[in-house]
Amino acid sequence: MTRQFWNGNMAAAQAVRQSRVEVIAAYPITPQTHTVEYLAQFVADGELDARMVKVESEHSALSACCGASIVGSRTFTASCSQGLQLMSEVMYFASGMRFPIVMAVANRTLSVPVNIWADHQDTLVNRDAGWIQIYTRSVQEIYDMMLVAFASAEDPRVNLPAIVAYDGFILSHASEPVTPLEQSVVDDFLPSPRATERPLMDPAKPQQFGEVLFPEWYPDFEYKKHSALVGAADVLTERFAALAELSGRRYDLVERDSDPGAKTVIFGIGSMMQTARHTAAKLREQGESVAVVNLRVFRPFPEQAVAKALQHAETVLVLDRDIGYGSAGMVYPDVVRALYHAEHRPTVLNFIVGLGGKDITEQTILRSLELAKDGYRGQSVFWPDARGPQEGIAPSAQR
Amino acid sequence: MAIKLKTLSDQEHLCQGNLACAGCSQILGLRQVLKVLGENTLVVNTTGCMAVITQMGVPKVPHFHVLFENAAAVASGIDDALKQQGRRDQYKLLVVGGDGGTADIGLASLSGAIERGQDFIYICFDNESYMNTGGQRSGTTPFAARTSTTPVGTVSRGEARLPALRKNMVEIIAAHNIPYAASTAIGYPMDFLGKVEKAAQVRGPSYIHCHAPCPPGWGVDSELVIEASKLAVQTGAVLLYEIENGERRITKKVSKRKPIADYLKLQARFRHILDDEKLIEQLQREVDAGFEALTARC
Ligand SMILES: Cc1ncc(C[n+]2csc(CCOP(=O)(O)OP(=O)(O)O)c2C)c(N)n1
Ligand code: SF4
Repeated sequence: MTRQFWNGNMAAAQAVRQSRVEVIAAYPITPQTHTVEYLAQFVADGELDARMVKVESEHSALSACCGASIVGSRTFTASCSQGLQLMSEVMYFASGMRFPIVMAVANRTLSVPVNIWADHQDTLVNRDAGWIQIYTRSVQEIYDMMLVAFASAEDPRVNLPAIVAYDGFILSHASEPVTPLEQSVVDDFLPSPRATERPLMDPAKPQQFGEVLFPEWYPDFEYKKHSALVGAADVLTERFAALAELSGRRYDLVERDSDPGAKTVIFGIGSMMQTARHTAAKLREQGESVAVVNLRVFRPFPEQAVAKALQHAETVLVLDRDIGYGSAGMVYPDVVRALYHAEHRPTVLNFIVGLGGKDITEQTILRSLELAKDGYRGQSVFWPDARGPQEGIAPSAQR
Repeated sequence: MAIKLKTLSDQEHLCQGNLACAGCSQILGLRQVLKVLGENTLVVNTTGCMAVITQMGVPKVPHFHVLFENAAAVASGIDDALKQQGRRDQYKLLVVGGDGGTADIGLASLSGAIERGQDFIYICFDNESYMNTGGQRSGTTPFAARTSTTPVGTVSRGEARLPALRKNMVEIIAAHNIPYAASTAIGYPMDFLGKVEKAAQVRGPSYIHCHAPCPPGWGVDSELVIEASKLAVQTGAVLLYEIENGERRITKKVSKRKPIADYLKLQARFRHILDDEKLIEQLQREVDAGFEALTARC
């Protein structure tokens, strides 16, 4: 198909249209809203044979997707921020029920203070809800990851819901060139949702769903759910390979930009990794040994791939566009876990950047690198773009 | 085609043996309702007693226990998905919920689903409290009733919210201009099942609010549950009526209403007010006023 010029929300909507989603339920929230408006238009124009459940809340949006899912429909929702938090209860329910629902999230921080701009607080506080979480750096990636998300979520080895996350405004509202796939190619990539069997509500085979499980069996159920999510890494990798065949675009769970031997590695998720990549390229031209590793899939967390990508570094800067209040950023602990058993364990420091949509610029990256130069000084978490009592230094270091 | 006891199906859609307390109205109600709706019924169930007592394969029809407050939203998704797949006509879609899941925490999702015109039959089994969590008050708990969160103490005499302010679910739902809404009571099965049959004919949402005494919650002997439900109707504490396309009709006319005390006496939750003649008189006036207000609208 010819190149298009789409914003992030349009790319998500177009992927949903081409995925032939059958039931859509979503509730407006900035900056996700346009996704659903575009879809409403596709339905109104007969370009998509789907039903839109015009729900009265996000809680009901995801609930309606659950309803559609238990009778076998392919379903989609979109949300972010406050909306995602309102959905949280249903997110655990959806994964426990093993519904392959796909959700687009135009990442936005959480109130208060009121702020409609990008950070990853909303998806990361829901990191343990049992959903696949894929992060993106460009509009093309949003389109591609949506297709991968449907294909992976619905794979019978997985049967779990998936989030495709893209930074609010930075990607949701920015227009970029996108090369979509032909409809026939998408159809091959994504078989009918009823091509594989999963338990559905059917009077011919009456079953009970959502029932109680007593302590004796509870861990077994949880282990299965957890294993399915861990195993989704292989399925995602397969789908990335299949997509590369069709599009020539290569993705991986963990992606390095260059130089496997670099001494300093910047690590993180989302659109800020483009800025990091650009900054690192410049620094390399100046002879510095800096590389960037992008984490595409945060859940399941690809522990070994992360360890492998970072094993030669002396210092790893984990950028977190979020904060787990009272602890560290929410990506950081998993990276430390991945590296703890490494033969050569690098210094791993955490940088809280770009909260509430604060621009992450070359300066932010350079400032982080500067702060990292002294290594670990009894402190692992730094705030390079916040005005603290002592600029860039977290409260714990002041004591 | 009015429902008759003689023509009621012999087929059972619940297995024998369940976790309900002896004398539970809800499980009795579900058994009867499924006889009317038949085997091609999909059941969506809020969290509450019903979801617990139907555990371990009790229903022989597909049964989906969802969250406390989202049953109407889940049913909306089922409804739209089946329509999109072109097989909506093959099924009846039944949503069952308690008064907590319906009138309180689930009211927004129910209101949204009705406003959208989703096609389902919603039945609320009103035991006037949150029984699954041990009997706390709800938006439909009657005035003066003792619950675990409206205890009787030195300065408190049970539920303090005045009778007129109690949530009237039939009227709240009717305000959505729903095609069919009705109140009924477990003590009048033919009234109840006739309404279920009517609701099943509706394309779009229908709502039935069923008075459902609960032995442990109300302090009623198990064998007196039906009696208590009948007395609720015979005293006028519960009025059986329906609203069909905006027309109100009383379905059970009580020619000579019994004194409200007859109904209250049967229940330990009102024991602390039985000696208070003034209060009983006041409650009688409330019942009379409720009856007259409804009659005036029919
Ligand atoms: C969001 C949420 N809040 C609270 C609960 C705890 N809870 C479960 S059932 C219930 C009360 C149910 O009351 P009702 O709907 O009246 O049904 P009943 O059990 O009385 O039949 C409560 C409070 C829950 N499961 N979910
Ligand atoms: S507590 Fe009441 S509503 Fe719950 S099962 Fe027992 S009798 Fe039924």
